[in-house]
Amino acid sequence: MSLLEVQDLTTAFMTGRGEVNAVEDVSFSLNEGEILGIVGESGSGKSVTALSIMGLLPSPPARIAAGQVRFAGQTLTGLSERQMQPIRGPGIGMIFQEPMTSLNPVFSIGDQIMETIRAHERLPQAQLRARAVAMLDKVGIPAAARRLDDYPHQMSGGQRQRVMIAMALACRPRLLIADEPTTALDVTIQAQILDLLMDLRDEFGMAIIIITHNMGVIAETADRVLVMYAGRVIEEAPAARIFDHPRHPYTRGLLECVPSLTEDRARLVAIPGTLPEPARRPAGCRFAPRCAHAEPSCTQAVPALESLEPSHTAACFRARELSR
Amino acid sequence: MIRLATRSLLSAIPVLLIVSLISFGLMRLIPGDPAAAIAGISATPAQIAQLRQDLGLDEPLLFQLLQYYKGLFQGDFGRSLLLGKGVLAATAERLPVTIGLSLYAMIFTLIIGIGCGIIAALRQNSWVDQAAMMFAMIGISVPNFFLGLLMIILFAVKLGWLPSGGYIPFTENPWGWLQSTAMPAFSLALLQAGLLARITRSSMLEVLRQDYIRTARAKGLPGRVVIFKHALSNALIPIVTVVGIIVSLLLSGAVVTESLFSLPGMGLLLTQAVLNRDYPMVQGGLLLVTGFLVAVNIAVDMLYAVLDPRVRYD
Repeated sequence: MSLLEVQDLTTAFMTGRGEVNAVEDVSFSLNEGEILGIVGESGSGKSVTALSIMGLLPSPPARIAAGQVRFAGQTLTGLSERQMQPIRGPGIGMIFQEPMTSLNPVFSIGDQIMETIRAHERLPQAQLRARAVAMLDKVGIPAAARRLDDYPHQMSGGQRQRVMIAMALACRPRLLIADEPTTALDVTIQAQILDLLMDLRDEFGMAIIIITHNMGVIAETADRVLVMYAGRVIEEAPAARIFDHPRHPYTRGLLECVPSLTEDRARLVAIPGTLPEPARRPAGCRFAPRCAHAEPSCTQAVPALESLEPSHTAACFRARELSR
Repeated sequence: MIRLATRSLLSAIPVLLIVSLISFGLMRLIPGDPAAAIAGISATPAQIAQLRQDLGLDEPLLFQLLQYYKGLFQGDFGRSLLLGKGVLAATAERLPVTIGLSLYAMIFTLIIGIGCGIIAALRQNSWVDQAAMMFAMIGISVPNFFLGLLMIILFAVKLGWLPSGGYIPFTENPWGWLQSTAMPAFSLALLQAGLLARITRSSMLEVLRQDYIRTARAKGLPGRVVIFKHALSNALIPIVTVVGIIVSLLLSGAVVTESLFSLPGMGLLLTQAVLNRDYPMVQGGLLLVTGFLVAVNIAVDMLYAVLDPRVRYD
């Protein structure tokens, strides 16, 4: 049985123009120790999917309109805030895009790590402290024991993200959701943080969902990839397959956007047009207006995810003919 | 922290200097003659002139000012013309009444204001929020003397629960003090509480949207820890600024409240002093009240450093 199962998840937001689905019919599953990458442009529904799993979306305006999330055999959708508390932390840990603002500025980092452990386990103060120091040490903060009493503003962005990771892992979660963990960081720091996540996965054996818009991050980390566009999953495949044989025109577009040092291109390639707003999505295939291969029939119906090969699915009417 | 304290103390000096200069100047700009006021209606012009000379009021203004400052530097605030006792002694008698009243009102303000603000923010746009903000609006709009009058009619005259006036010193009878000062303190507090409720609400709403609140929830912390530890400790920072201002509003509001409930405080003392052109009393009294306010504001600055580590380490 898989660790996490998301079935037909639909998350709706109440807006001035009525209710719109930010995420629609999203299904996927994740095994113990596996790393799943979710890619897509900003606004494609990646973060909303993650926050729906954690039950962290503000409600109202958000609500899970359909589908369910099962974690380690337990259904999370429909649980109350109080019932979710023991899951968050020891079950699922989460780190966010903005390390600069994700830590509380008025408490020391030691306090913020220790309170996480204290919320889930009964430990004497000395042990709490030792565990916090060990975690900081593990995420590569030098002189961890001394930095425990430091405040977030005394640390750099990379260090704060390390603290966030230490905090999320303090209760040894079985699943870590990393929502754009490196987007706000320098390129050199990005690689360090990704390496750290990989090392910690090997050490703790936890599963990871890594959310990103950066194909490079996926290439370095993910076992399997989920590509999202305008709130729907449009392709899913093992990471190697996605890079070798992308089947959806959008995924191909994403891969072509990655600048290459070996090929000589006059200018960067971009997918024409922009992601439609949730309230103004086109009928039929949502990517059709931006797709070079779109035919009139593409706008007639929403393409369903279709299995093209074992463990490779794509939602495109022309996937079979185009990949020939 | 020590540097912060020194800086606040140094900045207090020009404030006190300017206040002393203004109170000295203003008292002499308004028409009226302290000698005539003291001597009474039946006094002859010669008697008044004699009195003016005795009080040193016939000297040039600059000389009077220098005399005043000379006294201040020796710790001498002068003698009240009306009461016939030292300004310092008169203030020492009356200021505790006002400070006690303000403190009492402050406690009401904090409990009602911060309480309503938090509840309104947590239940944003619900009927609870609407009711709390309506209550805050009433608090802000109703003048406190009017509220005081209504309270006297209800609680003292109709129900007879509380005394309508009179003052029982805390040192004599703490329970009596709590009772006799309850209505003045509450009527004084309500305006400030309304103000504070609105500010607490918006500060709290602002903080609840922050990323670190989401982090706290993502860690599986219980709701009360998220609200009272993570949210409130940040929301309090702007609230503290307002509390500093509220202290001065309470002190000035106390002037009206004291005369309404006939409490022998600083407000009543200074009102009488102004009406009778009691120059030394007004000058000294104002300076001492200012000194107290400056001290409160320094304490508020220190409180910032306690609440916000980013200030502490600057």
